[in-house]
Amino acid sequence: MKKFMIDFVIVDNKHIHDNYSLLILTPKTGEKLPEMQPGQFVQIALDGSKSTFLRRPISINFVDYDKNQLWLLIRRAGNGTSHLIEMRNGDILNIILPLGSSFTTPANKTSRLLLVGGGVGIAPMLYLGYVLKNNGYNPEFLIGARSAKDILELNELKSVGIVHISTEDGSLGEKGLVTTNSVLNSPIDFIYCCGPAPMMKAVAKVAQSIGSECEVSLENMMACGVGACLCCVENTVKGNVCVCTEGPVFNINQLTW
Amino acid sequence: MVNLNVNIGNLSLKNPVLTASGTFGYGEEFSDFIDLNKLGGFIVKGTTINHREGNPYPRMVETPSGMLNAVGLQNKGVDYFINQIYPRISDINSEIIVNVSGASIDDYVAVCEKLAPLNKINAIEVNISCPNVKQGGMAFGTTANGAAQVTKAVRAAFPKTLIVKLSPNVTDITEIARAVESEGADSVSLINTMLGMAIDIEKRRPYLSTITGGLSGAAVRPVAVRMVWQVAKAVQIPVIGLGGIMDGRDAIEFMLAGATAIEVGTANFIDPTTTIKIIEFMNEYCNRHGIKDINEIIGQI
Repeated sequence: MKKFMIDFVIVDNKHIHDNYSLLILTPKTGEKLPEMQPGQFVQIALDGSKSTFLRRPISINFVDYDKNQLWLLIRRAGNGTSHLIEMRNGDILNIILPLGSSFTTPANKTSRLLLVGGGVGIAPMLYLGYVLKNNGYNPEFLIGARSAKDILELNELKSVGIVHISTEDGSLGEKGLVTTNSVLNSPIDFIYCCGPAPMMKAVAKVAQSIGSECEVSLENMMACGVGACLCCVENTVKGNVCVCTEGPVFNINQLTW
Repeated sequence: MVNLNVNIGNLSLKNPVLTASGTFGYGEEFSDFIDLNKLGGFIVKGTTINHREGNPYPRMVETPSGMLNAVGLQNKGVDYFINQIYPRISDINSEIIVNVSGASIDDYVAVCEKLAPLNKINAIEVNISCPNVKQGGMAFGTTANGAAQVTKAVRAAFPKTLIVKLSPNVTDITEIARAVESEGADSVSLINTMLGMAIDIEKRRPYLSTITGGLSGAAVRPVAVRMVWQVAKAVQIPVIGLGGIMDGRDAIEFMLAGATAIEVGTANFIDPTTTIKIIEFMNEYCNRHGIKDINEIIGQI
């Protein structure tokens, strides 16, 4: 897919709470958003301060083609993401997009699909669920977080499909990790997963044990985002490959987990 | 109309702007953003005789105004380059320079012999300065004797323009530069990355799998400018300057220090159009200063 470098203006910066923001962006010059697939990501240029030298890779949370708007869900992780969370409506961000691989869809529309997101890992799942639903599938979500306040975009997810919830403190949904959620006791054909690496590894094990296909979205540290620097590699059955071009979405059969 | 044409050995570049090896893939990765035909040339990823997997992840960490990397020369080997990549990029109308690395002198020579017959490859850049491999690489580039041996062997194997890329991780870079000049190098490029290290204090372990890595980005620029200035004074052959060039201003700074051409590296990761913006700036700068030929400013300091 052709990649673009576009200046975006922040239409709205919705502070979800201290550590999360939903940035809603539109191209500054009004040009049409390029086609983007669920699972792909963008690279955002920051202010160029000495501590935020490189671009930040961020998952595509949702694309609203009608309003020509791109949604990015940001979790405060360091200086770069803090800078993004503190930006104001009207500020400009230079973004390279769309980057990387996307989730695949099974041929059978009656397949039972479970979209698993941990914390800010639900970001790509909203767009994936929306696209799957529009294509005649019936996606369900399983979202996990430490606590109820870390469950993001619940209403948006509910508008797409059934949402199963696990929180570590039991403040919403079932108490425990996503891997112990009762939804996994019933047959599932395809699991999509994004979240912290230990969680994705645990979900991959569950998928193997219940005989489900499984794709995960990795977030290895990267510099260029276009396959030039070879910094973000993941060890796979094909050797070291760039997460930014061969991924971020991988079938777990490709990984050496 | 400003003349931006510069010469490196037998190589005539339409402008002084090249890309640094390992930061620009094989050019194709950037073709959505820039017209590759507008570059003076581009230097492709370090190429070795055999496939190399490189170092384990994590290979990168951001540091103040820069980054450390420890890629370790991951590449699919020279035969893959010749058979798979070269045919795809050989119609680009700018110079393609192959960066050559090896663990032994025989390795360097073998790669050069394979590249020499390729019509479109008019120059190679011999990497004796990679800080991220255990054997070869920087080991050859940190003594005048080692650098001279590699240069001599490669010179015999490759008849076209020979550029040798120097390490800054030495006491006196001019000594190394003179050694490779005396063995027939047509040009030297400098600097490769500076050996560095960063520690995650919460996890109490290094950020990189290899503990140390190569520092690049704006942070290294004053060191690189100084070394280019020293080497340009010490040798007769043209110097190619690199190290933290982020924009046109920085490129001109290197040329004033003595660089005939420049390489853009880490900046490609931040703005993939940096090279084109630098060429535009060079035109604008020369016009503003009444300079008709950019060669006039080389080594003015």
